[in-house]
Amino acid sequence: MATVSLKGLVKRYGPVPVVHGIDLDVADREFIALVGPSGCGKSTTLRMIAGLEDISGGEIRIGGRVVNDLPPRSRNISMVFQSYALYPHMTVAENMGFSLKIAGRSKDEIAARVAEAAKTLGLEELLERRPSQLSGGQRQRVAMGRAIVRNPEVFLFDEPLSNLDAKLRTQMRIEIKKLHAKVNSTVVYVTHDQVEAMTLADRIVIMRDGYIEQVGTPEEVFRRPATHFVAGFIGSPPMNLQEAVVDDGKLAFANGDTLPLPRRFREQVTAGRKVVFGLRPDDLYPAGHGIHSGEDTDVHTMERPISLTEPLGNETLVFAEFGAREWISRMLNPKTLRPGEKVDLSFDLSQAHLFDAETGKSLRT
Amino acid sequence: MDTNAAHRLKRGFAKAAHLVGLFLAMAVICLPGFWIVLSSLRPTVEIMAKPPVWIPRELSFEAYVAMFSGVGSGGIPVIDYFTNSLVISVTSTVIALAVGMAGGYAFARYRFRFKSSIFLGFMLTRTVPGIALSLPLFYVYAKLGIIDTHFGLILAYVALNVPFTIWLIDGFFRQVPKDLAEAAQIDGCTRWQAFWQVEFPLARPGIASAGIFAFLISWNEFALASQLTRSTNSKTLPVGLLDYTAEFTIDWRGMCALAVVMIIPALTLTFIVQKHLVSGLTSGAVKG
Repeated sequence: MATVSLKGLVKRYGPVPVVHGIDLDVADREFIALVGPSGCGKSTTLRMIAGLEDISGGEIRIGGRVVNDLPPRSRNISMVFQSYALYPHMTVAENMGFSLKIAGRSKDEIAARVAEAAKTLGLEELLERRPSQLSGGQRQRVAMGRAIVRNPEVFLFDEPLSNLDAKLRTQMRIEIKKLHAKVNSTVVYVTHDQVEAMTLADRIVIMRDGYIEQVGTPEEVFRRPATHFVAGFIGSPPMNLQEAVVDDGKLAFANGDTLPLPRRFREQVTAGRKVVFGLRPDDLYPAGHGIHSGEDTDVHTMERPISLTEPLGNETLVFAEFGAREWISRMLNPKTLRPGEKVDLSFDLSQAHLFDAETGKSLRT
Repeated sequence: MDTNAAHRLKRGFAKAAHLVGLFLAMAVICLPGFWIVLSSLRPTVEIMAKPPVWIPRELSFEAYVAMFSGVGSGGIPVIDYFTNSLVISVTSTVIALAVGMAGGYAFARYRFRFKSSIFLGFMLTRTVPGIALSLPLFYVYAKLGIIDTHFGLILAYVALNVPFTIWLIDGFFRQVPKDLAEAAQIDGCTRWQAFWQVEFPLARPGIASAGIFAFLISWNEFALASQLTRSTNSKTLPVGLLDYTAEFTIDWRGMCALAVVMIIPALTLTFIVQKHLVSGLTSGAVKG
């Protein structure tokens, strides 16, 4: 059993709090990703779980045991660092076997377990090399090998892929996913890349300024963002977000443009309320070129001049001015459009989000 | 002449100029050493000759034989001096390195109040010329009764070397990424084990060079030693050189022979430690 549970976890540097009493329960064998922009406290939280950072308040339990004041070595965790942190004076095999050597295991056992981990990660050929002789992807793999050799209860990953190029990152992402399926440990994974979080994690924790904004499955945080911040953070290209005022069944934007108030919110919001309207690029498309969202349709179409297109092959991103800001729409089965051309844009309002302008909280029930 | 040939010629000249420059620089550095070795092997008349005699007419090891023949037959207590020098230099180097490692590590890794002022303070102590300290030091040592003891000189040399070793070792520990010690702690090391297993091996080139410098400073130091030593109890080799000066004469040949005896251990040590001075050992630790 290796659950991780944080209760009212606080971190202060001097008088400045960077993590404001967060609560989180990670189930056994769960893959959980902490995401957020830099400075949101995600790495600090991870380092507190690892024991590399003292905690200023609250409680951390690993496998049910309070580990607040235990040193890292007593927590039965392993960690993959952003910088990999391989020991440059040791060979790959020595790097991977280091924890076992420190634990006083026999040479035969170390060799066997290193060989096993090397096989899992395809590192057999490299065991006698030194880290300086490896490529970035190989170093990354050695770092993971060093982590799995120990057979820990919990794996901690601190932005492990951010030093790799885009292609290698995609490849390593798949390997991490396979690895998790194989070793079946609890994983806490920190990243600023929402794609990594979405693709890898069972549940995602979105953090901002030392608070947790939302915890949910990738599906949940994408479909039902709890706050305006989560809505803007998850999804690529990001959700179109624009402040508006509710006015007699309409949403009025600052420059005078209006949209009908989405049906599902009609009962809920009263006139004069300030909201943030959100619509994913998938739900805004040149008429006839979108994803059909089912029977309960609440589609509003209007003609807008487009300002720019970004052809991506199977789809094209279309930028159009609306409500004093550029909106991104996704055109499937793309046709060629020229900037300045007028296009019928369909707003699928059944998929729209409304957030309170002050609290940022979702108004969806 | 085509441009390729012209460039080839130019490159040839540049290479020749480079070699000549190197030779001149090496000559300037090595010639005094060579001259000392040469002078220890030839008669005083030849050493003092003007214009200088470049090619020696006869070479002999008389000076070396005389040096070890004991007092009365032109010898000096060279074994005593050598032992003193060795004991004092090695001990003070070991202590300076231990303190330097602790201090350098602290400056590189920890944050504490007045850190930069303390660091600056250490550096400022080095701006005081050693000779200016000799008189106050002599008074203090006289009061304490530690003149002409190994302990007294070791103390002085440790004080002399510690700021320097701290400064040098600090720089090397800074180059060892912090992540490595953290990774080691996660791998099951205590703070102490992480230091010895990971950070120390990586900073070893720095510690080795600090060691060489500290040893050479203690080995060659003359100004303080000449004040604080009196007899064969504690006289070191540089002070021993003065034994070759008499009221009206200086035995240049003997002095040069002793200088050679002094140079040999220093040279040997440098060669031994040199292989630890491999730089770039930390490459490959972090990033791709």
